[in-house]
Amino acid sequence: MTVDDRFADLDWHRDEYGARGTAPVTGPVSDWTTDFSHVEPEWSQNPYPILDDLRQRCPIAHTDRFGGAWLPTTFEDVAAIAHDTDGFSSRSIIISNVRPPLDIAPVGVAPPISSDPPFHHGARKLLLTVFTRQAVKKLEDATRAYCHELLDQMQGREVVDAAQDYAQHIPMRVISDMLGFPPEDGPKFAVFVHNALEGINLTPEERVAKSALLTDYLYAQVQDHLANPRDDLTTYLLETEVDGHKLDPFHVLGTMALLLIAGIDTTWSAIGASLWHLAKTPADRERLAAEPQLMATATEELLRAYAPVTMARLVKKDMHWHGVDMKADDWVLLSFPSANRDPERFERADEVVLDREENSHVAFGLGIHRCVGSHLARMELRVALEVWMERFPTFSLADPDGVVWSLGQVRGPRHLPLRLG
Amino acid sequence: MKVLLDSGRCQGHGRCYDLAPEVFGEDDEGYARVHGDGVVLPDAERVATLAAKNCPENAIDLIQDNALQGATS
Ligand code: HEM
Ligand code: SF4
Repeated sequence: MTVDDRFADLDWHRDEYGARGTAPVTGPVSDWTTDFSHVEPEWSQNPYPILDDLRQRCPIAHTDRFGGAWLPTTFEDVAAIAHDTDGFSSRSIIISNVRPPLDIAPVGVAPPISSDPPFHHGARKLLLTVFTRQAVKKLEDATRAYCHELLDQMQGREVVDAAQDYAQHIPMRVISDMLGFPPEDGPKFAVFVHNALEGINLTPEERVAKSALLTDYLYAQVQDHLANPRDDLTTYLLETEVDGHKLDPFHVLGTMALLLIAGIDTTWSAIGASLWHLAKTPADRERLAAEPQLMATATEELLRAYAPVTMARLVKKDMHWHGVDMKADDWVLLSFPSANRDPERFERADEVVLDREENSHVAFGLGIHRCVGSHLARMELRVALEVWMERFPTFSLADPDGVVWSLGQVRGPRHLPLRLG
Repeated sequence: MKVLLDSGRCQGHGRCYDLAPEVFGEDDEGYARVHGDGVVLPDAERVATLAAKNCPENAIDLIQDNALQGATS
């Protein structure tokens, strides 16, 4: 049995010590230019008209909620912020009422997504080799077989919940296999993901209590992998070295948490939103069924139009930026979905064009934090749609009002009742 | 036609080596590499152009033949 001192006496419940909390403000938005909120139902129902309107009228909106936040909506501004790691920190990338303490930078709670230079580079590099296109190719057959297995269970049913019964399970299984977690733990992951991403207006104490559930789970997995090392991502993170040192235990736990959360909710949302679009747009669905060779451009276009992920940054110091006065520790909501619908960058930006050939969308972000899992996510989305279209080429929304969208920075359907046939 | 890759901008989105494998490859971290000296055969000009237009980081420049001739003559 391996003895690893790093984890021997670790108090792995790390509170958000020194965090600065602000009082939650909820309720309907009075004016989107001065009081925006991405956690109100109107936004999660359909954020695009709001973003399109702001882009024209007030390209950098503001809110006093969350202790102060900005919302740039043009492609140019989103790209500039994503590339400016001197002006904007990734110390926290999910807006809440808690700003993590300054000294948590440049590592952050979930490296590399929460890390700033110069620390970020090494933490990212060690993941890149595991998630290349070549590495991902090896997972394709198993992913396809699993998609079929899920659809086998739906055979004969008239109405299914494509978000709960299909989309959700694909990324859960893929990432849990990669990390070497028991496949039957899937339902637990759904709870962790929900707590991390949708509990935005909770108090700091509630957030700490909920995140402890996830850390307890990961800590148990670490202990199991230390006792029984095997060929998976968890053992790799435990054994790998950066600059001649094994990783700090919090780095290992933080990266595991990141992969679990960043890998599941996002891809689940992308698969669900794509099926939702095809269900409500018979012309596109029929075209994709008749011309399966369009799948490559179609998946990129669905990622552009329904980009699931919005990130956040914290302003590093007071500055006048593109016409507004930003203060140190103001939040910035970094809306890749809004950048993707900027007519200055994309023709027919508000339409879904399945054969769009020129598509430099930024659903996977821009700059040094570009999604490490993008090759994996693209494979999962393509395979999930290919298998679905092959098995159920005809489907429609069974109950448009029964579609439930997630709240917060990762947007996708959490319930999607579809009628088959 | 010739492609120029700005590796300072490339973040490894991989659109180029997906769309134009004739012209681009990847290193072991997923960042793009240009095959050979970047000269694009006529058959591959279409995909090379597509790759440049799909790069989210604007990391790929295309140099047309007439510009190349202008530079060397
Ligand atoms: C359609 C699905 C996905 C979308 C839309 C997506 C989107 C994003 C975006 C926009 C970022 C940039 C974050 C920032 O700028 O702060 C990001 C980062 C990241 N994503 Fe994804 N993601 C997806 C799937 C995945 C998967 C499947 C994994 C891995 C299992 C993953 C792992 C990561 C990691 C590790 C980072 C941090 C990279 C860094 O900070 O250097 N993602 N993702
Ligand atoms: S598409 Fe652009 S950013 Fe992506 S690998 Fe190619 S050159 Fe790099």
